[in-house]
This record gives sequence, structure tokens and C-alpha cells, in this order.
Amino acid sequence: MIDALGSPGSLLLVGGTSDIAVATAKRYLQERPLRVVVAARDTPRRAAVADELRTAGAEVEVVDFDADDEAAPERVVAAAAAGGDIDVAVIAFGQLGDQEQLAGDPAAAAALGRVNYVAPVVVGTVLANRMRTQGHGAIVALSSVAGERARRSNYVYGSTKAGVDAFFSGLADSLVGTGVSVLVVRPGFVRSKMTEGLPDAPLSTTPEAVAEAIVTGVRKGRHTVWIPGAMRVVMSGLRHTPRAVFRRLPF
Amino acid sequence: MSETTLLNGWGRTAPTPAVLTPVHGDAEVRAVLARAAAGGRGVVPRGLGRSYGDAAQNAGGHVLDMTTADQVLAFDPETGLVDVEAGISLDELMNRFVPEGFFVPVTPGTRLVTVGGAIGADIHGKNHHVAGSFAQHVRWLDLLTADGQVHRVSPEQDPDLFWATAGGMGLTGVILRAQVQMKKIESSRCLVDTDRTPDLDSLMTLLSETDHLYEYSVAWIDTLAKGKRMGRSVVTRGRFATLDELPAKHRADPLKYHGSIKVKVPDVFPPGLLNLATVAAFNEVWYRKAPKRKRDQLQSIPTFFHPLDAVGGWNRIYGPRGFVQYQVTVPFGQEEAMREILDRLSAFGTASFLAVLKRFGPGNPGMLSYPSPGWTLALDIPVMKGLAGLLDSLDEVVVAAEGRTYLAKDSRVRPETFATMYPRLEDFRAVRRRVDPDGVFTSDLARRLSL
Repeated sequence: MIDALGSPGSLLLVGGTSDIAVATAKRYLQERPLRVVVAARDTPRRAAVADELRTAGAEVEVVDFDADDEAAPERVVAAAAAGGDIDVAVIAFGQLGDQEQLAGDPAAAAALGRVNYVAPVVVGTVLANRMRTQGHGAIVALSSVAGERARRSNYVYGSTKAGVDAFFSGLADSLVGTGVSVLVVRPGFVRSKMTEGLPDAPLSTTPEAVAEAIVTGVRKGRHTVWIPGAMRVVMSGLRHTPRAVFRRLPF
Repeated sequence: MSETTLLNGWGRTAPTPAVLTPVHGDAEVRAVLARAAAGGRGVVPRGLGRSYGDAAQNAGGHVLDMTTADQVLAFDPETGLVDVEAGISLDELMNRFVPEGFFVPVTPGTRLVTVGGAIGADIHGKNHHVAGSFAQHVRWLDLLTADGQVHRVSPEQDPDLFWATAGGMGLTGVILRAQVQMKKIESSRCLVDTDRTPDLDSLMTLLSETDHLYEYSVAWIDTLAKGKRMGRSVVTRGRFATLDELPAKHRADPLKYHGSIKVKVPDVFPPGLLNLATVAAFNEVWYRKAPKRKRDQLQSIPTFFHPLDAVGGWNRIYGPRGFVQYQVTVPFGQEEAMREILDRLSAFGTASFLAVLKRFGPGNPGMLSYPSPGWTLALDIPVMKGLAGLLDSLDEVVVAAEGRTYLAKDSRVRPETFATMYPRLEDFRAVRRRVDPDGVFTSDLARRLSL
């Protein structure tokens, strides 16, 4: 149960080796010990993350999760729920993709769509079913400011995030009154392993800052958070920028 | 699927949905029990919802509304023994029996609690130091357990189940009926002494030295007073007046009693209305207004015992984010721990109205029963940034002092901290495994703390 002051007793990380997922778990662990289910592919990185979280005070379970495996979401959620209610679930997996390749390779574009959009939709639906039954819980979905208005430099990625954002925003509304809440997280450019080697964008941020916003957002029952907060204003401006100007912007 | 209702505790935090069914009698309870067992999310009984946290909620499952089972079944005016259905409130017991010369054996700061809830939380009142807690005045209770059977249990008949149920927060079964030993009174008026103490030391000294002279005793502390004035308080102590102590005008009708809710708080309080400035101002006025020393003041039952009951829905003044009540006890000899807790609360600047301090007498065999010999402190704190960390750190002070927290008030203690505070938790779990092997009885509280 998430207690009266917003502290959960259990956390499910789908895409549990992502920097944001790990940072979120560590941020919660700064407050209290809790049960953390790390759902990710079976890699050395997953083992390292599990050890890291155990050291930080978590009772860790690992579950296999591959975004390409259609049966994975049901299996992951069932496995996580077997150990008790899922208080907070973070859907943190995703790929950036190589825009140049994506622009000309329909198979690659479809694959990115499956990982970044279809899989989160399936995971979100399975989680919502489970949490509706348990009568409480919070789903945290990683969207992106890139989804607010697709740019020519990463429109495939942006479009998947736009879909994710729309899906979870609608899901949030459908869950009102069930005791389940949904937080849509829209970070700007996050310096993490996903963006390794890319040049910093303006208003870039860190996994730790995103984690902080997630913990506060869940605690306060927010529906949407931008990181950094100033991104909200920037994106509001960009959304209303005339197209002829927008496409000439240097990013 | 049946209609669900969002339920919360008195602190108005963390609401969850459940199917709420009013039940009266064994058959109706059994019917819901069967549905709950099939549904997989269990069931918990609920009374008047005065627990501050999540004791009477059950996310995704069933909750029994016990308040329709509120009949008096038998009363013996010779002995003061009354048999009641568990959904009856202490308010109703007073309305019925004060005019006949009997008061409830124990009353908390509100009379709007049910007898079932009073046993489930093993509540205490201002007379704990002489009378113990509510369960000590219960001669037997009828408990409907997960197997659908009704067991009459008492301190003699299956004492383990009795003392797991007393303080067991509704997790052993449904209390259907109970026999309660009422307390004989000659009048409905209390003789009250008031003392003002300038700081914590003088308060603790006063209570330690003279509490035994009073049947009822409680101190209200201004938690915002800092430095030398830390712990300044108003102590009110008293007892029921005898007939010949009443002034002539009250003697014609010495047991006259009228408990009613006078005004209701509207549901429009904005968050942050109670801030440091407004609450500090209130506390200042309250302290100055109290007499420095007053003896034998005649007060009514509501004025002396239930001042807040005059204001219906007072929990709304903390605004939509709600509040928590922090109530902990530390043993005698751990006064420094109590000072440390008050110091930290005062330094943090929680916009709290008054805190209540009281000395407990001996505890009882209740496995999760809260009272134990020592000092108990209770205060309301509006939900605010940093509160979770503050209270976790105060819990560490409490654990180090071998103290404990009160489940009826709790909405946020850490499960492993709770387990340390209640060494008999394993005994409680063993009783639950015996009477409810499939875990049909459960609640948000039980899940949160892995009870």
C-alpha cells in the first residue's frame, strides 16, 4: 500500500535496467526499504542493478522481460503480484533509434514502434487490470517532450512517445474512482546510457532529477510532470510555433 | 461487479474503493464473507470510521458496515452489565444509560465510536492510569470467524483469541455482540481541576506526583512553544461528582445528559488554511485563556470528555490533503525520549493544534494492544513536505526507547519498525493462522504493515 504520506511498499520496474528506473528505485530507497521487482532482459547489467538495489536496502526480485515478447507483460505482472500488491509500477523501457536509419528502413521503424509504443500499451493495459482488481496503485509512464511535437530530427521516436503519452493520459482518466492513478512523465533530454554520445540539448536533465520528479509526482497525485519544470513552458511555446518556423529550428 | 465506495479514515488520506455492505446479524455477515472469500481481496469490518488511517478500508475487496447492528440486547441495572450488538456507538450507550446512572467504562476523545471498534482498537481514555483500556471491561464477545462459526470468547474462554481480537483491528473476525461492564455514576457532572504548567518538566512532575488522585487526567501541550516554554500545557483532571457534591439546582435531575453535535464544518476548507501563523495564534490564546489553577469546576460529560464532538466533521479543517495523527508511547524512565520527540516536532514547525500527553497505567495481554506503562503523546499534523522523513526519524527515537505507535491512529509507520515495536506480533499472526488460515480477513492496514 502507498501510505498516507505517499511512501510505497513495493515497486515494479518494467525496463528495470534503464537509468531512470534505477534512479527512481534508489530515490525511494533513500526514504525506506521496499520490495523492488526488476523486470528486464537477462543481462549482466540486470544482475548489477539487482545487486546495487539490494545494497541500497531493497528486497529485490528479478523477472525476465523482453519488449519483443508478446507474452512477457502478463508474465511479469503476475510474477510481481505473486509477492504482494504492486504499489508503484514504472514503465521505463524504450529505445531512441537512429533517425537516419529509421527514415529509410520500414522494418526498423516498425520495430521501434513495437518496442516504444505497442509494448508499453500492452504493459499498461495488463497493469491497469491488475491494479483495478487490487483497488490501488500508481502507474508511471515515461513519455518525452519529443512526443509533444514531433521534429524532423527524431520524428519516429517522437511519434511513439506521442502515442504513449496519449494512451496513458486517457488511461488515467478511465481509472478515476478506481483508486489507481497514472503519472505521465515528460523529460527533456536526459543524459543517460540511452543518449550516450549525443550532444547535450538545451534544458538537459539527469535520471536523478527525473526520479525526484516521479517520487514527488506520485506523492502529490499529479497527472503529468515535465523535467525540468521549465520544459512545460518551452513546449507550450513550441507547440504553438508556426510550422514554417518550427521546422527551421536548429535541433 | 457490485458498486464500490471510496473509503478513507478520519485523517482523510489514501482513500481506496471497496464494496461496502451494511450487515445486521450472523446470516448477512456470512453472505458477505462468502463473496469476499471468492473475490480474493478479503473483508474487514468498519464502524464509524474514526480510525485515522487505513484500518477500516480494504482496497478492491469487501467492507462490512457494522453500524446498523446497534441494539441493546440486555441490561442489568444491579450489576451494570450490558449486552449489545457491536455496531452500537458509545454515544448511544451514553444516551441510554447515563440517565440510569451508568457511564461507559472507557471513552476516547470522541464518543462516536462503536463498541466493536472500541474492542478492535482496544481504545483508552483519560482514565487509563486507573481503569486500563476498553477490552478490560468486556466480559465476553461473540466473534464470527472466517469459517462462518460464532465463538463466544472471553479472557477465560479461548484467551488467545480474545486477546488477539482486543486491539486486533478487525483482523481475527467480526465482533457481533459483546457484554460490557458499565461504570456506576451518581451524577452526569464532572468535578474538574485545571492547572497550567509553563514547560515540559513542570508538566511531567505534576502528572507524576498527583495523577493517582484523579480518575481522569489529560494534558494539552502547545507544540509550537519553543525554548524555555517548550511543553507548556494545560492539565485538566477530574472525576464524576457525587450527588451531595452537586449544587442544589442540579440535584433535582442529577443524571441529566444531552450529547449533541452543535455545528458542522463545511467541506470547503482550502489547503494551508491552518498554517504556522494561524495555529500559533490559536495556541497562544488557548494557553492564556486557561486558568493558572482552578479547583472543583463543574463540567458536563461532553465538555470534559468530548470537546471536539460538538463540531461535526472537524477533520475537514485540515483541507483536502488530510492529516495524520502521530501517537506514540514511551516507558517511564524514557522522559528524555519524549522531550526529544517534542523538541524535533517543535523545531520542524508542524502547524499542529494541541498535542495530548497522558500517563498510562499497566498494559493488558492484548497482543497488539497499544497502552503500556509510560507516557503517551498524540498530535494531529497536516500532510506537508518532509513529514514522512520527520515521522520516520521520530519512530527511531521511539524504538530506541522501547516505545510503540498506536495502530488506530497510524497511517504511515514502516512495517519493520512496527514489528520491532510489537514483540507479540508473531503470537497475533499465529492466532490469525489458526482462525483464518486463508486470510479472508484483511485490510489496507494489514497489507501495508504485513500483519
